[in-house]
Amino acid sequence: MSAKSENLFMVSLKDAAAGGAIALALFGVLIGMKAEVASGLGGQLGIEYRWAAVAIAVAIVFGGRLLLNLFVWKTDKPVTATAKGFLPSAKPLAKLGKYAMPVFLVLAVVLPFLLMSAYGSRGSRQYLDLAILVTTYVMLGWGLNIVVGLAGLLDLGYVAFYAVGAYSYALLAQYFGFSFWLCLPLAGILAAFWGIILGFPVLRLRGDYLAIVTLAFGEIIRVVLLNWYDFTGGPDGISGIPRPSFFGIEFERGPGGFADTFGLEYNSIHRIIFLYYLILIMALATNFVTMRLRKLPVGRAWEALREDEIACRSLGINTTHTKLTAFALGAMFGGFAGSFFATRQGFISPESFTFIESAVILAIVVLGGLGSQIGVVIAAVVMIGGFEFFRGLEEYRMLVFGLLMVVIMVWKPRGLISTRMPSITLSGKKAKGISADLVQEGHG
Amino acid sequence: MSAWETNPVLTIEHLTMRFGGLVAIDDLSFNVGRGDITALIGPNGAGKTTVFNCVTGFYKPTEGRVVMNRTNGEHYLLERMADFQISAKAKVARTFQNIRLFGGMTLLENLMVAQHNPLMLASGYSLAGIFGLSTFRKAERQAVEKARYWLEKTALIDRADAPAADLPYGDQRRLEIARAMCSGPELLCLDEPAAGLNPKESGELNTLLQYIRKEHGTSILLIEHDMSVVMEISDHVVVLDYGEKISDGTAAEVKDDPKVIAAYLGVPDEEVDAVEEEVGI
Repeated sequence: MSAKSENLFMVSLKDAAAGGAIALALFGVLIGMKAEVASGLGGQLGIEYRWAAVAIAVAIVFGGRLLLNLFVWKTDKPVTATAKGFLPSAKPLAKLGKYAMPVFLVLAVVLPFLLMSAYGSRGSRQYLDLAILVTTYVMLGWGLNIVVGLAGLLDLGYVAFYAVGAYSYALLAQYFGFSFWLCLPLAGILAAFWGIILGFPVLRLRGDYLAIVTLAFGEIIRVVLLNWYDFTGGPDGISGIPRPSFFGIEFERGPGGFADTFGLEYNSIHRIIFLYYLILIMALATNFVTMRLRKLPVGRAWEALREDEIACRSLGINTTHTKLTAFALGAMFGGFAGSFFATRQGFISPESFTFIESAVILAIVVLGGLGSQIGVVIAAVVMIGGFEFFRGLEEYRMLVFGLLMVVIMVWKPRGLISTRMPSITLSGKKAKGISADLVQEGHG
Repeated sequence: MSAWETNPVLTIEHLTMRFGGLVAIDDLSFNVGRGDITALIGPNGAGKTTVFNCVTGFYKPTEGRVVMNRTNGEHYLLERMADFQISAKAKVARTFQNIRLFGGMTLLENLMVAQHNPLMLASGYSLAGIFGLSTFRKAERQAVEKARYWLEKTALIDRADAPAADLPYGDQRRLEIARAMCSGPELLCLDEPAAGLNPKESGELNTLLQYIRKEHGTSILLIEHDMSVVMEISDHVVVLDYGEKISDGTAAEVKDDPKVIAAYLGVPDEEVDAVEEEVGI
């Protein structure tokens, strides 16, 4: 045994030395010498030597390779195998989903009061704003989940519907003076209409091609909004969008305002809390409708479409209609969220609807687990909440989040919650979840 | 007179399918008798699956006519219909040579998807369904009962809530037949249902097909290589070779047809020599 470990050490040392030699040869030139216009020499080109940096780089390579050889690559018992035991396995996480649902819900409902009691009305405002933002993304994630998670249609231009919803409300309010409550359904209908418009040309497309066309569609909407100056205000955006009223009662100081009517002392936080509950209810409605549709024939047809389109057609399912309903419904919820966004911000411009927004929403859906509602919540909280929370870390947070996404995708390639729950069972009992590797991903 | 001549459920007339310069089916005409089990056989590449794809609307034939005569007296020109309508309206269901199940969905869900159209109607295009109206709940219960019936008939009831992709191969074949039957077809087209089955399983398949024909009056058109299945259960056999029909009749007639033997086994050397002599090679 000792002879073997001796041998292991020698082999590892040799290997590490070879690695170090290569590193020395490379870094000696790459790092060690730096051509510089030396200011002291009157603009002449000189070489600066940095041997200390080379030594550090070579030491890292040598040491790192030696350690990896000793403990991972050449040994019989690699530490990574042991470490795997410490990583949480998939099963408890799926169980977590069952309990997480009510816990999340209760937490979401009492959140404003928790924050108010903890930070006071002034201090809690920023956290409430963050909660509103996260909930908006949860709603968008749930909307996109219909298209990508259930129907398996990869949509990279989802933000277009968000934009249609936002601009519908802003323009209807600006030109016709419509109120938020009237515009909300109209924005949803208009977004659904655009969803169908997008749906028609892409019906025959699958996978990558579909992704490209939806991406282009998202950009077209943004570019139109940007360039149609007379109508949309172009890059100036639209400002002075009316704030929502509490069913007709405005959030303002003085008689007739919300605080006055309900006998409260006026506080600007009332409106924020109202907005929070508004988006929470809208998001929960999205969730309710989606969960309901999943158990209806149309929802099952979406999932069947994701699994095998040809088999669907052989069973008499009109795949055109099925795809269009998925696009239209997903778009409709995007439109609702968009008009909420407009009323919350009071100002919108095409800058809020760039491709990166689509990418973030898609990332939330994919990281959370395609088709999983609770996964979307977790992913939105982690991605949006975490991203805003660590603003103090400045540019490092990008690095951290990039790394986090890579880790999640390596550890759980199908997203955090990837097991699929059957929509109906024969026994009537709750059936076991279906392992993700049996479920098809969207191919178009 | 046999059923395929007097009372055909499917009439194929002068069907031709060309892919560019390749003629996959050339002027093919045959009938499928109502209540019959009709086998479509022929060597590899004879065009059997192409016929299926033309009948079920996955290909649009270059020429010819495919008529479905339903029991209620309605006639459908299948070559003009979209594929999903052929299943929904003309009541022709099919299975696939390489099984196409919804692998990530349970067996029950697979069978529920097959009943999409009646359920969609009952759910008021989802509106009544979202609010959980009783008419929809009743229709759903009936659909589950129908699925349960077919799961029992195909001996898959024990695994009703398991994902379809987890089933062994033979069970997947049976599930595909059960799924096709759940769409309530009058003509069931099976593309090599016995492929990859062991003798016991293909025996069970024979029993199942005969049960379907007898109890449900569903006519069956099947493509098959397994001669034990073909000879045992078919009332009518159509033989294709290079896209043309070379024989058509009962199983016994076709078995002794010299053209069929030639297509499957080739011709004796003397005949080849005789022909070569004639043309002067």
